[in-house]
Amino acid sequence: AGPAHIGTLRIASSFKNVHAIMHAPLGDDYFNVMKSMLERERGFTPVTASIVDRHVLARGSQEKVVNNITRKDIEEQPDLIVLTPTCTSSILQEDLQNFVNRASLESKADVILADVNHYRVNELQAADRTLEQIITFYIDKAKKYGTISNNKTKNPSVNIIGSSCLGFHNQHDMSELKRLFADLGIEINLIIPEGSSVNQLKNLTQAWFNFVPYRETGLMTANYLKKEFNMPYIDISPIGIIEITAFIRKLEKILLDQGHECSFEDYITLQTKFVSQSSWFSRSIDCQNLTGKKAVVFGDATHAAAITKILSKEMGIHVAWAGTYCKYDEQWFKEEVKDLCDNVVITEDNALIADLIAKTEPAAIFGTQMERHIGKRLNIPCGVISSPVHIQNFPLSYKPFMGYEGTNQIADLVYNSFTLGMEDHLI
Amino acid sequence: ISCVSWLYQKIEDSFFLVIGTKTCGYFLQNAMGVMIFSEPRYAMAELEEGDISAKLNDYEELKRLCLQIKKDRNPSVIFWIGTCTTEIIKMDLEGIAPKLEAEIKITIVVARANGLDYAFTQGEDTVLAAMAQRCPEYKEKAISLSGDPKEETKHPPLILFGSLPDPVANQLIFELKKQGIKVSGWLPSKRYTELPAISEGNYVCGVNPFLSRTATTLMRRRRTKLIGAPFPIGPDGTRAWIEKICSVFGIQPVGLEEREKQIWESLEGYLKLIANKSVFFMGDNLLEISLARFLIRCGMVVHEIGIPYMDKRYQGGELLLLEKTCQEMGVSIPSIVEKPDNYKQLERIRTLQPDLVITGMAHANPLEARGINTK
Repeated sequence: AGPAHIGTLRIASSFKNVHAIMHAPLGDDYFNVMKSMLERERGFTPVTASIVDRHVLARGSQEKVVNNITRKDIEEQPDLIVLTPTCTSSILQEDLQNFVNRASLESKADVILADVNHYRVNELQAADRTLEQIITFYIDKAKKYGTISNNKTKNPSVNIIGSSCLGFHNQHDMSELKRLFADLGIEINLIIPEGSSVNQLKNLTQAWFNFVPYRETGLMTANYLKKEFNMPYIDISPIGIIEITAFIRKLEKILLDQGHECSFEDYITLQTKFVSQSSWFSRSIDCQNLTGKKAVVFGDATHAAAITKILSKEMGIHVAWAGTYCKYDEQWFKEEVKDLCDNVVITEDNALIADLIAKTEPAAIFGTQMERHIGKRLNIPCGVISSPVHIQNFPLSYKPFMGYEGTNQIADLVYNSFTLGMEDHLI
Repeated sequence: ISCVSWLYQKIEDSFFLVIGTKTCGYFLQNAMGVMIFSEPRYAMAELEEGDISAKLNDYEELKRLCLQIKKDRNPSVIFWIGTCTTEIIKMDLEGIAPKLEAEIKITIVVARANGLDYAFTQGEDTVLAAMAQRCPEYKEKAISLSGDPKEETKHPPLILFGSLPDPVANQLIFELKKQGIKVSGWLPSKRYTELPAISEGNYVCGVNPFLSRTATTLMRRRRTKLIGAPFPIGPDGTRAWIEKICSVFGIQPVGLEEREKQIWESLEGYLKLIANKSVFFMGDNLLEISLARFLIRCGMVVHEIGIPYMDKRYQGGELLLLEKTCQEMGVSIPSIVEKPDNYKQLERIRTLQPDLVITGMAHANPLEARGINTK
């Protein structure tokens, strides 16, 4: 995972009309290039840098940060400006909060300082924290002005928390989730942060429950909303038939608890049997070829756990080891993949993974772009299932990982990785 | 620090150790794309909280890393690339390097390439400047031994500086040879162990516009004479560059006019496409002046030349040529904007609607989406 400020910027620039100002030296505004290139973004990325140079080292930023904030306020008229510290500002130890306080007196926009420390958290943790911070800020504000909505929507509704830019197949997953909720008769109250405005955040409490599709980003917010407003949340990622089923059943229970009569069993059966091809595929002769084939899995916690479950439980593939680079989420990951693989690997060390793959000699790898390149070197096919990724993983065609269509996509991905390996072998 | 990506390829027996944080690592990883998977000869020494608060010993940490590099790769030289962080915590890289160099018996060259002081290509400048101080002295004997007496040159040794792909470098050497000028050495050389010898009174000439610090080092520290020429970018620039070198050595250049004409003719098709079109340089790599000068000669109209940093002395020859070119082409001299403000530039672009904007990746897609061509 990348440095902390990337996480903050991903959250900030996913909201509509939120501007981030980085306190950083020249060149650290590299995020703009990533966003513009990987997502082929049409708009200018709402991130600017308040440049730290020699003068700043000598005399401190002084008026510079404040001026940059107020200038952006006038130029872009954002709803919110997020001052973003970087590794450089972490060691300079300037009182950025003071700048924020001063700037917010002059600017129309709200101004906050992202509470992230470069040396303590990584990109994903920072994203999680920043999202919570922004939500808390606006909920508190709404409470203060009494504008918070206390009523639930008439029909069951959900907030989807943690959809952000530069997420792995994020946009396709969102379309798929919208379809899934529509099928179940659940309205979508808000999707945050992607595409929503901070002014809508006071309406978060109208939803019947929250849903966190990716556990890396959004859990803190969901927990906060549960504590403050007693909103239940679901943190099961609906990736793969079994998990989707678990997800829908949990959802059913939440609705029943709130007095809404519903039963989704017929829907699950129908979808599993006819819409998703993957359970039939698992039983078909082709897939039986895969039984017992050796694979390894590595990625972020959400995707690595989900794919391990699919390979092991749904396709009968032998997962030699499954791993994640989300060290801080180690316990959860171990619990999830327990009994589904021989070993669990928790590391951020790419070289270690390369060595392990070489030693294991799997028939296929499911990992990030890093593992794809290791696979290339060792001549082992690799399906990419998680960030970090290249531009290829921002496909133009519809390729969700979640929901019933996602199961089809994953089945193709898994199957194609293995067949290629077989062909290679025969030739 | 991005200079690492091309310099490690250019200098084959080198290893680049970037001493910085996760941010620097993330940047390199993204900027170099697929190159990072081809076992590159660069690495990050990622600073942790313990390094920042001086709980860990810089010297011991670096020693451990360098020994490992020596064991795994055995390079002839390790470059330490200082970053913003080493700068702020005042890590004494220049002080540690000589001691460690003596202890582990491997050459260590320190270059600062941080975002506090420099932009993009200037990184190469600091690396080359550091290397310039390491070039051996010329030994008188070496001259008479090199090659047969027929090739004996009638001019003092000439050393060129600036990293170029090998084919391009060879072509420039060939062009000079046609004028009877011999290139005695090139900084950087293909291998660190083959650094060119430089001694007092030698002539040096730059091939890239962003090497002012290297030029200064060569003049002040190595007592060489700098030939201030325009840069060999475009046929007009190349001709002017050769002419200037010839004039310094009192050589009458031969056939240059012909050669330039030939190349312009071969470009006919392209020139028709771009004639009278307008161009706007947002500025990020210091090549802007030379490129603008070339494009004006091609018949384009330049609205603005953005440039991160302008050394009027080192780029003097180039600026004069730009002026001359503008006069000859009958256009006014475009405004040169140092350290441009991107936001205001975008406003100007909106008003001017240039046919082409030369810019970085952060602005390219958004501009294209607004119907403005970018490069």
